[in-house]
Amino acid sequence: MNKCKRIVLFFFVAIATVQPAYAALKIDITQGIDDALPIAVVPFKWLGTAPTRGASIPAPEDIAAIVESDLRRSGRFAPIPKRDLVGRPSHGSEVNYTAWRALGVDNLIVGHIAPLVDGTYEVQFQLLDMFKAEQLVGYKIRSRRSNLRRTAHQISDLIYEALMGVKGAFDTNISYVTLTRNYRKENVYRLAIADSDGYNEKIILESKNPIISPSWSPNGLQLAYVRFRDRVGAEVYIQSILTGQARRVATFRGTASAPAWSPDGKRLALTLYKDGNAEIYLYNLSRDTKVRVTRNSAVDTEPVWLPDGSAIIFTSDRGNGPQLYQVAVDANGVRGRPERLTFEGTYNARASVSPDGKFVAMVHRIEGSYRIAVLERETGYLRVLTESRLDESPSFAPNGSMIIYATEYRGRGVLSAVSVDGRAKQRLQFSGGDVREPAWSYFKK
Amino acid sequence: MNKQLGIVLLIGVFGLMAGCSSTSEEKSSDEATTTATDTTSGANMHDGGSMSEMHSGQADALSKRVVYFEFDSSDVTAEARDIISAHAQNLAQNSSLSVVLEGHADERGTREYNVALGERRAKAVQQLLVVQGVKASQIQVISFGEERPAAMGHDESAWSLNRRVEILYSGS
Repeated sequence: MNKCKRIVLFFFVAIATVQPAYAALKIDITQGIDDALPIAVVPFKWLGTAPTRGASIPAPEDIAAIVESDLRRSGRFAPIPKRDLVGRPSHGSEVNYTAWRALGVDNLIVGHIAPLVDGTYEVQFQLLDMFKAEQLVGYKIRSRRSNLRRTAHQISDLIYEALMGVKGAFDTNISYVTLTRNYRKENVYRLAIADSDGYNEKIILESKNPIISPSWSPNGLQLAYVRFRDRVGAEVYIQSILTGQARRVATFRGTASAPAWSPDGKRLALTLYKDGNAEIYLYNLSRDTKVRVTRNSAVDTEPVWLPDGSAIIFTSDRGNGPQLYQVAVDANGVRGRPERLTFEGTYNARASVSPDGKFVAMVHRIEGSYRIAVLERETGYLRVLTESRLDESPSFAPNGSMIIYATEYRGRGVLSAVSVDGRAKQRLQFSGGDVREPAWSYFKK
Repeated sequence: MNKQLGIVLLIGVFGLMAGCSSTSEEKSSDEATTTATDTTSGANMHDGGSMSEMHSGQADALSKRVVYFEFDSSDVTAEARDIISAHAQNLAQNSSLSVVLEGHADERGTREYNVALGERRAKAVQQLLVVQGVKASQIQVISFGEERPAAMGHDESAWSLNRRVEILYSGS
């Protein structure tokens, strides 16, 4: 029985691996910005031939298509349609700058992909400025076949950085939870990770019980999350993405929930209910020790760290209704008193801090609807970014450009991403059911 | 091609390892799921079970194992008080019985805040049981937040059924 299960599982994994990468999440751009940069991405020249038989083998991956889709998805670029391209140069030396300028294109991306004798590939690209008639950035990257999508995302990151002045976040992962029903109409929850464009989905955990609140370890190798169990309630686990090995942590009496990995990777901020109500603790993963952060009869939960690890922002209803508070922490615990951050509206919860620490995204209730809002720390200005009814779980991209969150679309749970200025929006739809609880990873090391 | 197959096999082995560790763990929770589903449906049916010897008013209250709450509130309503009192009497008289108080919230608001809200509701019920003579050791408080709604739907009629505490007797 057990053996049979293993074989089935093995084949499932093997099949999943040989199939070409597909996207479990389908992404639609729902709102681009008006002044998006016109750019042209020329299909990369394939330098592969089959020397003995003469039959041509297609390129293993359409690098240009992945780059174009990345740039379009950011909302900052308006790639021109393939049919409008004036020529198919693969190197800067072949480019007729006047013709591309006449087309209204500011920047051009050209390149090639070539097979090498050892079975790997060489991908070369150049980003060219049409007005200065010069190369802004160009690289030759060697890549394994299985890594070519990642190479394309890395190219997108370099192009984004050259033109926007901030590193791109295309070569990153997202994690999320899907909810489907099996043939017995039972709920099936899956904790998954995927590339930032929804490709290469990998299931981390499957359960008939709910899974919430995934949090990435800073090195991207582990996830912390909350699992519910019958007659037990919420428990916190950490799991290795590579091996799948999971262990329960913070095994104190009563409910444990809302884990948030510290920027140094050593601690989890989390909520324990052992004191009679929700209190925030800092839990040291290697020592299995804890330090208490909050102490009052109100609900204190949803802790997140400032990027430098110097403070925790959390949700508390110690005032009237849930609001965000900040408290300084160090290795020994709390330093000073919590300070209230939000004053607009009667419901502000579930913070996500931008990587530069300047913005705090949150769930904000306005006219009975729960929307994503962002607070500019310095000015105290609160901007509501979304228009729907049940938006939740905001999570900043590691470059701070977008916030991914969960929402509803046509009765289904979907993910959406919105730029911090609210101008660019995209929707990530899961084909098989509901998708929720997004968490954007850190940059890959 | 050989190399690729090697990678596939390697990943297969990783999957195998991951599968083995999680399979055994999943199995126990699957069994638990079945038990709880039975309990939940029992609670929703308001069946009296073995309460026939009690006089009808109390038996009626005791047969109810779910109490409901107002939006964003953990205040116990008058109707809920009667139900809780019946259970308090039952538990105080039978110290071998124990209950899990399972708090729930509607889908509005954040998931983790709703875990806290569900827990707070279950705590409110616990306090009423304790002041009426139930031992703390007979009661376990947990919360499922908004994760296990009793009614699907995105309107008040569904939400009002989801803001609840379920009183689950052990072994029932």
